[in-house]
Amino acid sequence: MIKEVVTSSTEIARAMGVTIKYFFTKPVTHQFPDEPVEVYPRFRGRHVLKRHENGLERCIGCALCAAACPTDCIYVEAAENTDDERYSPGERYAKVYTINMLRCIFCGYCAEACPTEAVVLEHDFALAEYDRWDAIYPKERLLEPHDASKVVVVRDDEVFVNVSRWGKK
Amino acid sequence: MDLEFIISLIVQIVMIGVIAVALMTAFAAMVMVERKLLGRFTLRYGPNRVGKYGSLQIIADMFKLFFKEEVIPGHVERTVYLMAPGLALVPALMAFAVVPIAGAPFTLPFQIMGTPITINPWIANVNVGVLYILAIGSLGTYGVILGGWSSNNKYSLLGGLRTSAQMLSYELPMGLAMLSAILIVGSMQLTNIVEFQASYLGGFFWLILVQPVAFIVFYICALAEAGRSPFDLPETENELIAGFSTEYGGMKFGLFFAAEYVHMIVVSFIMATVFLGGWSGPFAQQAPFLGIGYLLIKVAFILFTMIWVRASIPRVRFDKLMKFCWKFLLPVSIANAAATALVLAVLFF
Repeated sequence: MIKEVVTSSTEIARAMGVTIKYFFTKPVTHQFPDEPVEVYPRFRGRHVLKRHENGLERCIGCALCAAACPTDCIYVEAAENTDDERYSPGERYAKVYTINMLRCIFCGYCAEACPTEAVVLEHDFALAEYDRWDAIYPKERLLEPHDASKVVVVRDDEVFVNVSRWGKK
Repeated sequence: MDLEFIISLIVQIVMIGVIAVALMTAFAAMVMVERKLLGRFTLRYGPNRVGKYGSLQIIADMFKLFFKEEVIPGHVERTVYLMAPGLALVPALMAFAVVPIAGAPFTLPFQIMGTPITINPWIANVNVGVLYILAIGSLGTYGVILGGWSSNNKYSLLGGLRTSAQMLSYELPMGLAMLSAILIVGSMQLTNIVEFQASYLGGFFWLILVQPVAFIVFYICALAEAGRSPFDLPETENELIAGFSTEYGGMKFGLFFAAEYVHMIVVSFIMATVFLGGWSGPFAQQAPFLGIGYLLIKVAFILFTMIWVRASIPRVRFDKLMKFCWKFLLPVSIANAAATALVLAVLFF
């Protein structure tokens, strides 16, 4: 019995030692709205429709993103560019381009499918809305570059993996 | 009845009110401190949104409890159901009455109707203080068992039975641990116990030095009596559906909650008084206010260790809880009391 008392007492003392060690450690909690969250450069957040440097939209309304989307959350309606109303350099542009953020799973297939690199998943992840209809983003909102510098900071310590070496010793 | 008696009576009643309010405030502060400390133990910050460092969180919680709808389920035994939370809280508060918080009475700097007013640093200085504490401590069981029974719900009743079995079992080693201390002092009066500790070894003859085993047994029993982790079988928030308080909501639940914390605070005061020298410390005899400070420091340390234990040790299973009490703590405390008696008999008679 004495052996049992000694062993269990030392076990309790060890447990207390572990907890007191962590008591003096800095908490790992991320104070999210007060402190920005650090994300890696390839983090996939909200979509942004990119523009050319001269201000024209990159999107040509081909709807390949909508075809690639596994959840059907993208809706594209194309229209012809005219010389008076020119939105993109090619023949056609996206008249309607909506993404339902409630359905989107942020897989990034749309960005992979895009031939002109018009749709890109950037780093904004704070997408909560008070009204669920606001979660359907129209083209005007997607064209805005996201300003999430208050909540998102991009890390620069990304470890790049050499894909060609996968599966080899 | 002469004037002096009436005034002392009024002073006494005011003191009782002040102590009760102070204990309830301490309960509120304790909830806050416990959440913060537990957060730090588990690498979190704890509540820090309401007020500076989350200091107003408890006020927000209290508002929530007060303004919740008072639901009384249809199947309960109404009178007893409503009485039980009070029966749990009041004994917890009452046990504080015999604890001396300072060495000498305070005299107020003004007089009322020509009578100087002295305030005793205790509410009652009964000569069987230790017995009083044990007796009042047992009364706390009633709140729990009546709460469980009057809920008219199998699980609440089982929870109440479980809790009362635990509390009654752990009272025995607790009393025997107290007995070892009483044997050395030779008095059950808590003021005498503190003065005894203050009068030898330059004021540091704390009973923990001569009765470490009794102190450890008392500490474990105090955890079990107050329903603290690792003996928090009364609540068991996560697996046994909160035991006796399942059918309680709003402020009625709040009173059970308060009872647990007040119990914990009061038992810390008793522990500090009996084993850690109470108010005694350097210059505490000359300046009674210093004594309150010493006592509060000791109590704060005990409360910190209780939270520390909660953060470290997982809850014990019920059969092991009973086995630990009856097959280990009780024999150890009996052996300790017997050995103390024997040594004292050899030394002094």
